[in-house]
Amino acid sequence: MAHLQELEALTKALSGLGIDEKSLISILGKSDPARRTTFRQRSTHFFIEDERSFERWDDHRINLLRLEFVRFENALVLWAMHPWERDARLVHEALTLVPQSYRVILEIACTRSSEELLGARKAYHSLYDHSIEEDVAIHVTGSERKLLVALVSAYRYEGPKVSEDAAKSEAKLIAKAIKNGDKKNPIDDDEVIRILTTRSKPHLKAIYKHYKEVSGKNINEDIEAADFILKETAECLCNPHAYFSKVVDEAIRNDADHNTKKALTRVIVTRADVDLKEIKEEYNSLYGVPLTQKIDDNANGNYKDLLLALMTRD
Amino acid sequence: MATLVVPQNVSVVEDAENLRKAFEGWGTNEKVIISVLAHRNAAQRKQIRLAYWDLYQEDLVKRLESEIKGDFERAVYRWILDPEDRDAVLANVALKKSSDYHVIVEIACVRSSEELLAVRRAYHARYKHSLEEDVAVHTTGDIRKLLLGLVTAFRYEGAEVNSRLAKSEADILHDAIKDKKINHDEVIRILTTRSKTQLMATFNSFKDSQGTSITKVLLGETADNEYKRLLRIAIRCINEPIKYYEKVLRNAFKKFGNDEDAITRVIVTRAEKDLQLIKELYYSRNSVPLDQAVAKETSGDYKDFLLALLGKQD
Repeated sequence: MAHLQELEALTKALSGLGIDEKSLISILGKSDPARRTTFRQRSTHFFIEDERSFERWDDHRINLLRLEFVRFENALVLWAMHPWERDARLVHEALTLVPQSYRVILEIACTRSSEELLGARKAYHSLYDHSIEEDVAIHVTGSERKLLVALVSAYRYEGPKVSEDAAKSEAKLIAKAIKNGDKKNPIDDDEVIRILTTRSKPHLKAIYKHYKEVSGKNINEDIEAADFILKETAECLCNPHAYFSKVVDEAIRNDADHNTKKALTRVIVTRADVDLKEIKEEYNSLYGVPLTQKIDDNANGNYKDLLLALMTRD
Repeated sequence: MATLVVPQNVSVVEDAENLRKAFEGWGTNEKVIISVLAHRNAAQRKQIRLAYWDLYQEDLVKRLESEIKGDFERAVYRWILDPEDRDAVLANVALKKSSDYHVIVEIACVRSSEELLAVRRAYHARYKHSLEEDVAVHTTGDIRKLLLGLVTAFRYEGAEVNSRLAKSEADILHDAIKDKKINHDEVIRILTTRSKTQLMATFNSFKDSQGTSITKVLLGETADNEYKRLLRIAIRCINEPIKYYEKVLRNAFKKFGNDEDAITRVIVTRAEKDLQLIKELYYSRNSVPLDQAVAKETSGDYKDFLLALLGKQD
C-alpha cells in the first residue's frame, strides 16, 4: 500500500510546474533497487519497455523534465534582476520565438508605465547593442510589425487630462474599423494604430467608455472576434489585471505548451512589486478560486514555494 | 564646438538683479538683456530664472515676454528656455501653427537619444500630450509614418557597425528608390530604427556602390513632394548636420525678407553645440563670415542678440 502512495507521490512530484525536490529525495533517494524498478515499470509515461528487457527513460520526457527542474532557477534569476533588464531580456527572448511570442512583446509594451518601458529600452541598448525598436522591426513582419514597433516606442503622457471630444470621435473611428473588420483588418488601419499606440491610458479608458455609447456593445465583446493581437492590446492597455489573470490561468492548465507555461513565472515575477494583489483579486472574481490555491495545487517544490512567497509578502 | 562666450565669474543673483533693473522705468534696457543672457549657458540661465523668482516672485520669462517684442523677443524667449523645453516648443509650433515639419525632423534626427527623450518629457509637461500623439493627430499617410518613427526612436548610441548589414540595407534603400517606392515600410524601418553610426555606414555603402550620395539620387527621383523633402532632410540631419544647418542659413538669407524663424532657430539651438563649425563651413562656402551675413540681413536688438550668440564680445 505504501508503495502505491509513494508511486503517486513520485508521479505528482514530477508533474505540474516545477519539481518537488524534497519528495524525490525522500522517496526516490532512499529507495532500494527493487523500489526503483517498480517505479520505472509503473511510470509508463516516463519509461518505455526496451526490446532488450529493461525500462528506458523516454528522451522526450527527460527534456520536458529538464525544463521543470530549471523552472525554479529561471524564476529566481528573473526575480533578482533589475526590472529594466528583466523586460529587455524577455523581449529579446520573445523575438527569437516570434510569432508565437508576440504576446510577450505586447504585454511589456502595454502594461509597463512610460518610465518603466523607457528603462527597458535603455537596458536593451546595454545588453544587445541594438535598440528595441530596431530588433522588433527586423524580427516581426506583416501587419503586426507596425503595431508592435509603435507600441515599444511609445512614451505616453501619464497625466489625467483627457479630451472627451477627441475620445468620443476616436471611439467612433475604432468602432467603424472593427465593424469593417471582415474587409480590412483593424490593425492595418492607420487610425486604429495611431490611437492605440500614441494616446495616454486615461484617454484610452475614456475611449472605451464612449465606445459602448457609440456601438452599443463593450469594446471587448466586439473585439472578441477580431485579431487576437488587437484584443490583447486593448486589454493590456486598459484592463491589465484581467489580462494577467487569463494568461496565468492558461499557464496552469494541463494542456499548456512550454511557452504558455512560462507565463506563470513571468507574470508573478514581473508584477510582484506592482499589482499582484489586484491580479489576485481579479483572478478570484473571474475563476472563483484563489490564485494561491491554484498554484499550490499545480506547482511543486522550490518553484511553488518561491511563487507563493512572492505572492504572500506584506 | 560652441560659439557661446561665457565670462569666468558669474553671479546669477547679480544677473537677476541687473535684469530687473533693465525692466524698470520707462522702456527696457535691451543692451543689459543681451549682455547678460547672451553670455550664459543653459545651466546658468536656469539658475537666473530661479534666482529671479526667489527675489521678485515673478516669472522672468513672462516678464521678458511683456517687456520686449518682435524677432528679438522670439529669439530671447527661445534662448532662455531649457534646451529640451525649447525643442518641445519648437515642435509644438511646427505642428500646430507653421506646419514646418522639417523642424520636427531636425529635432528628432540631430539630437542624441537622451536629448530627444528629454524633449519628449518636456513636451508631456508643457502640453499634457505626448509628442507622438500630437504628431500623429496633425499628420497623415507617409509623412505621419516617417515623423512618428523619427520622434519615437531611442537609437542605440554605440559605435559598432555591421558592414554587411550596411551593404544590404543600402541595397534595400537603392531598390526602393529605383522602384519609386521611397515610402516603403523598409525605408522607414531603416531610417527610423537603426543607430546613427550604422546609418552613416549604410549611406557610405550606398555612395560606394552607386557612385553618388543617396540624397543626390533622391533628388533626381521623380515626384517632388513634402514626404520626399522630409526624407532627404532626415538623411542629411543624420549624416551631415553641419552641412544641413549651413544650407538652412544660406537659404534663409536668400529668401525675400529673410526667414527669421530659421535664422533664430539655427543660431539659438546650435550656439552651445556646433555653431562654430557651422560658421566655419558657412565662410568656406560663401566667402563671407556668417556674422557679416547676419549683420547685413537683420537689425536692431535682434541683430545684436544674434551676433552675441555668434561669439561677438562687447
